[in-house]
Amino acid sequence: MSTLEIRDLHVSVETKEGPKPILRGVDLTIESGQTHAIMGPNGSGKSTLASALAGHPKYQVTSGTVTLDGEDVLAMTVDERARAGLFLAMQYPVEVPGVSVANFLRTAKTAIDGEAPKLRTWGREVKDAMSNLRIDSAFSERSVNEGFSGGEKKRHEILQMELFKPQIAILDETDSGLDVDALRVVSEGVNRAKENTDVGVLLITHYTRILRYIKPDFVHVFVDGRIAEEGGPELAERLEDEGYDKYVGTAAPAAV
Amino acid sequence: MTTTTDLTTDHSRAVADGAHTHGVGAKPQGSRAERLTSFSLDDIPVPTGREEEWRFSPVARIQPLFDGGLGTAGADGSGVRVTVDAAPEVKVETVGRDDARLGRAGKPGDRTGVTAWNAFQQATVVTVPAEAVASDVTSVRFDGEQAGAATPSAAHVLVRAERHAEAVVVIDHAGVATLNQTVEIDVADGAQLTVVSVQDWADGAVHTSSHRARLGRDAKLKHVVVTFGGDVVRITPDAEFTAEGGEVEMVGLYFADADQHQEHRLFVDHAVPRCKSRVTYKGALQGSGAHTVWVGDVLIQADAEGTDTYELNRNLVLTDGARADSVPNLEIETGEIDGAGHASATGRFDDEQLFYLMARGIPETDARRLVVRGFFAELIQEIGVESVEERLIASIEAELEKSMSVITGVATPAGGADEAE
Repeated sequence: MSTLEIRDLHVSVETKEGPKPILRGVDLTIESGQTHAIMGPNGSGKSTLASALAGHPKYQVTSGTVTLDGEDVLAMTVDERARAGLFLAMQYPVEVPGVSVANFLRTAKTAIDGEAPKLRTWGREVKDAMSNLRIDSAFSERSVNEGFSGGEKKRHEILQMELFKPQIAILDETDSGLDVDALRVVSEGVNRAKENTDVGVLLITHYTRILRYIKPDFVHVFVDGRIAEEGGPELAERLEDEGYDKYVGTAAPAAV
Repeated sequence: MTTTTDLTTDHSRAVADGAHTHGVGAKPQGSRAERLTSFSLDDIPVPTGREEEWRFSPVARIQPLFDGGLGTAGADGSGVRVTVDAAPEVKVETVGRDDARLGRAGKPGDRTGVTAWNAFQQATVVTVPAEAVASDVTSVRFDGEQAGAATPSAAHVLVRAERHAEAVVVIDHAGVATLNQTVEIDVADGAQLTVVSVQDWADGAVHTSSHRARLGRDAKLKHVVVTFGGDVVRITPDAEFTAEGGEVEMVGLYFADADQHQEHRLFVDHAVPRCKSRVTYKGALQGSGAHTVWVGDVLIQADAEGTDTYELNRNLVLTDGARADSVPNLEIETGEIDGAGHASATGRFDDEQLFYLMARGIPETDARRLVVRGFFAELIQEIGVESVEERLIASIEAELEKSMSVITGVATPAGGADEAE
């Protein structure tokens, strides 16, 4: 049982003109087994929240707290956060030339667990997880994310979520750019992880489409760096019909 | 003091535009075809450092090797020991400088090239007889002894693969020396030769070497240069095609630490039709004053129809204060070619890669290692000589090992104590 608590989080990004505030007081609590959807227009700061929680150096936390089971997440380095049980499925997974998927998965698993996985069971586990996500076994020998299609990159992210078994997983627009088939495969992976590990999920998305496959317990509407409205799954349905216009006002339509 | 800008050039399909040359703030450069080559000391004077071929080099540190009166490496009192361990099929001789087989692969093109040629008294000749297939690697070792470290000397090695012969020859350099060297490579018709030169010198070594290769009809040469150690290392491999169907693959890998100068200047001369060349050099740099230079000249002469050439240089700058110069030059004198291109890129360590790996729980030092290993991985596999590949991987690990304090010192943010593992 884990709890990620975000309290009054303010985050700025470094720009040439100086620090620019993006998040303006985010409050959110995610517990094991729960699925929270964060929805909002482009530029509202959804992805900044994801990156800041993972500790991306580009983002500066200016005030507020983030704790995982009472431990101060903001005091942890990026790798410490991952070992503490946070996982970020990235919107734009990075290519690492010359590092094979197999080597990468084993290295990360060893770091997270604090010991090398058992050779025989690990191989089987990776193979099964790949097959569940319709990832060709030849991917093991390919360089991480190099030459992967958009859909392959996203499936590779969810593969890691299933194998690393985090306490809390943040999925940053994992659905964007996926066709319906890929979306279904990816969603099945997330649901499997939820079932098998009771992971708490923070699902960041622009569209309601993925919520047909991954049922949220809570929906938060993110506007201008903070949560503007909260509710249950019915809120997502309303957004589907009404869009974000009501939140962003007619004068400033969401930049696309 | 030193700045690093991420730079790339990519001309995957270059054409005969008459002025296809690049450099980082480069001065205009004369045609490579017009560069003077000669065996005579009088023709190629001691450089000032402003010449095109010396403008990146620390000429003051190379000065002792500009002198025409160097001793012979391997001779008594030279401070350099030369050891040859040949495959059973391969013949090894020590010959005088008047041996008719010497000096057939091109001519010296710079001052150290011409002083090396004029100074040596004895040469080591390694011959792979016609149609012989060597069953093992042939090794030529240069070991510099501390006592003679400052005594400049010259060495000459000739590797000959006769008609349809096949062999691998590895030339090693270790210890400390001030050595000016020529490596002549003669690949006869239909022969397939791999020559690997490893510069694994200790601190204090100064080494210049002119590699001059000559390829016959349908001859194949794989030429590998690996530079890790030494204060100053400057290697200038030239490859010349003399008949159709020749193929040369030039692979280089270097790793420069603080205050090391590692320079590799290549020249591939497509003088005849239907030959192929591939050049791939990759380097990593770390520490203040680490300096690498890569210059890749390719000349496609007017008669060289059907030429296929591509050259690539990549540099990975791991810390502040290091400098990588990368200058690809492609001169094309005929439009009737199969392909000609080059690419050069020098970049800093990619922080996004680091973030991605660390976000998977991998501690920073391990993440950096993964990235650097990955950077070299494909190139190492291309070498195709297992014993060399294994040593290389070990050398890269050792470089990373000794450098981790330097690297983490730069990258760890204030207060971000790294207590990983």
